[in-house]
Amino acid sequence: MKQNSLLKRVRESRLLWPLVAWVIILIFDAIVEPGFFRLGIIADPVYGKHLYGNLVDIFNNGAPLMLVAIGMTLVIATGGVDLSVGAVIAISAAMGAVLINPALGNQLITNDILTKNATNTPLVLIVLADLAAGTLCGLWNGILVSRARIQPMVATLILMVAGRGIAQLITNGQIMTIYYTPYFWFGNGYILGLPVSIYIVALVFLLAWVLIRKTAIGLFIESVGINAKSTFYSGINEQNVKLLAYTFCGFCGAIAGLILSSYVHSADGNNNGLNYELDAILAVVMGGTLMTGGRFSMFASVIGAVVIWTFTVTVYSLGVPANALLAAKAFLVMIVIMLYSDYTRRFLNRLSERRGTQHGTAD
Amino acid sequence: MADAQNVVLMQGIGKSFPGVIALEDVNFSLRKGEIHALMGENGAGKSTLIKVLTGVEQPDRGTIELDGKLIQVRSPQHSQELGISTVYQEINLCTNISVAENIMLGREPYRFGSIDWQKMNELAHRAINRLSIDIDITQPLENYSVAIQQMVAITRALEVLSAKVLILDEPTSSLDIHETNLLFEVMRKLKNEGIGIIFITHFLDQVYQIADRITVLRNGKLVGTFEAASLPRLELVAKMLGRNLTELNALSKVKSQEEEKKVKEHLVEAKDLGRKGSLEPVDLELNANEILGIAGLLGSGRTEMAGLIFGIDSPDSGSLIVCGEKVNRFSPLESLKRGIALCPEDRKAEGIIGDLTIRENIILALQARYGWFKFLSKPKQNEIAEKYIKLLGIVTPSPEQLVKNLSGGNQQKVILARWLATDPKVLILDEPTRGIDVGAKTEIQKLVMQLAEEGKSCVFISSELEEVLRISDRVAVLRDHKKVAEYAGDVDDQTLIHTMAGEL
Repeated sequence: MKQNSLLKRVRESRLLWPLVAWVIILIFDAIVEPGFFRLGIIADPVYGKHLYGNLVDIFNNGAPLMLVAIGMTLVIATGGVDLSVGAVIAISAAMGAVLINPALGNQLITNDILTKNATNTPLVLIVLADLAAGTLCGLWNGILVSRARIQPMVATLILMVAGRGIAQLITNGQIMTIYYTPYFWFGNGYILGLPVSIYIVALVFLLAWVLIRKTAIGLFIESVGINAKSTFYSGINEQNVKLLAYTFCGFCGAIAGLILSSYVHSADGNNNGLNYELDAILAVVMGGTLMTGGRFSMFASVIGAVVIWTFTVTVYSLGVPANALLAAKAFLVMIVIMLYSDYTRRFLNRLSERRGTQHGTAD
Repeated sequence: MADAQNVVLMQGIGKSFPGVIALEDVNFSLRKGEIHALMGENGAGKSTLIKVLTGVEQPDRGTIELDGKLIQVRSPQHSQELGISTVYQEINLCTNISVAENIMLGREPYRFGSIDWQKMNELAHRAINRLSIDIDITQPLENYSVAIQQMVAITRALEVLSAKVLILDEPTSSLDIHETNLLFEVMRKLKNEGIGIIFITHFLDQVYQIADRITVLRNGKLVGTFEAASLPRLELVAKMLGRNLTELNALSKVKSQEEEKKVKEHLVEAKDLGRKGSLEPVDLELNANEILGIAGLLGSGRTEMAGLIFGIDSPDSGSLIVCGEKVNRFSPLESLKRGIALCPEDRKAEGIIGDLTIRENIILALQARYGWFKFLSKPKQNEIAEKYIKLLGIVTPSPEQLVKNLSGGNQQKVILARWLATDPKVLILDEPTRGIDVGAKTEIQKLVMQLAEEGKSCVFISSELEEVLRISDRVAVLRDHKKVAEYAGDVDDQTLIHTMAGEL
């Protein structure tokens, strides 16, 4: 009986499917590419000794998506969606780049500037401006959705389109290369041999978890997502709950933009964070949060993001050309959707029920 | 014992869900040309039995015969093909297309490859005439009342699906007296044509008005099938509840005992409170230790008035004074802080949060008052939930059960618990007993009277006059979005009905 309920809990856990998917991909990697899991220690002239290998890459490169997935989980849990996170990433990246060297956008890049490797803006200010820009974007989305009562998909579509334009306005239409070593630390640095970005994800996750689960906000978000009207009738200000979710999502997008621009040493209004909103939605769905809102698990979404990046790294390391990646991803999406369909669920339920009764008669 | 008269014969039906036995060895028969009422409290197994018959659920054991032939109903679609049709309380037709289209949907006559509108209208007209109803079938369905919409649904069931068995699930809940009579006429007509009708309702009056036989279920078991004419009403209630009726009778005595009135303490004073389009300015006083009944037909402004006092909408005229303070900002949260609570009319859409647990549903309003950051600890939440589950007699295996899995009466109790947990001074109940069984109904009435005795001010809105009269100290009557009269609690129902209808 106890075993049964444990089995049931495992089956109903949101973590089950993303973990299963991850393990399957990892097993596949282990078979097809024996060297996939190899980890090494390398002494880097700038950042000292640190780990390297595919697994490290997955977490390092996947960090921005994990961050965005955390924010997206909350938005989707309220019954909404945020299509603008990709654009928010671009805005945040552009903000950072332009503050590091306000002149760069206007001038032809000269050797003089290239070798300068310095900035007049303090790093703290750059980071804060990044975060503020993204958070403001989130706030804007939140106001459109909660106060102006525009449908989330339409409301965030505005910034999805306009955001890339804003990013280009900030950088004056240029792809800005960043030449400022301290800034690179976020995307390339290491602490105790592990990438800085992993620590950032952990920190943001912890912050979100405390904010959401140690207060009543998590309950309110779920309540709004399940039935906004009843929630309102219960005396909860559902508008503010939504506002918070979108704002937090913008904040997450901002940090993702910081890491991403730091990693690639540049800000590109057109391509930073391209399609991240879709990957984030996929990660959240993989994590078992319904698109209609309600119960959610941020951790399951993070695992969903890890699955997506493991898949991406796998596809690359198999030698599949970059331009075929999207097609490969479509395949992943298809499998995920099939696994999550009612049909599969019913099938599995029936299977375990049958096993349960057989077990019962055997006793 | 094959009865040739039987159109449906269900024998030994059993169905269990994880942890619950929904039906146990239930026999049910429906004769040709019979109106058969299916009665029982919520959770008695009525809906499961219907679901089995209509193929929504597969029975674990037992047999179903239709016209003497053994059948297996695979799906709702299959049951329709077999000639078993269900018309639900919530009508599942398309309200924005014409009556004729609704009736003929999927069976449109074609001519030269396009719909033959003339012929379609003609067929639809003939079909609906069968029920002796004469309406303009080219009008969109939404132009007609719920009753007519229900007739259209029935017509469709009979015509397109050529039903032999018609299941009417709570068809009269949202109908007024006149509309109900119209429906009954149609039912009698169909009965004479030899169609078997299963009629599910909570209204005892209606059962005796129309049913030939009554089958009573309780806790998933068959209590018995009786001829309506030979089953006294009290006995029926007793069978449904599985207990005797002294409790029910005791209730009316409680009220007469607490005749001595204390000094009235005004908790809420509304002056000219109104909002364009929903309520014309009303004056209203709510006092401690008192139950104010609100009588009025559907759409008379009852719900709007409750909504204005609770802050769902902001009034655009008049003033509202709560406990001596003038209210300037209207929202449920403000009302919550002032000690006003509302159990809304539409339990599913405005009350419960289905996918949350009972515990979470109960603490929700209290938590809303505490705000985002003062989160009630889990033990504290459990304590509150357990307390109210016990106090209100919510039937559930655990507080962690999802609210959507509860029966209507228990859901209503959860919403009540949610508000009682905030210890309100004023409790507004909008149709708290709609669609719930007799037992739970009595319990809720009893509870409301108890609360008033403890010093709360209760507003009790209900379509059932008898209920309003039984428990109210004062009765306000609304008509056409206006408060038209206020009576003392001992007013007779005739006066009330006349006032509601506007003949006084």
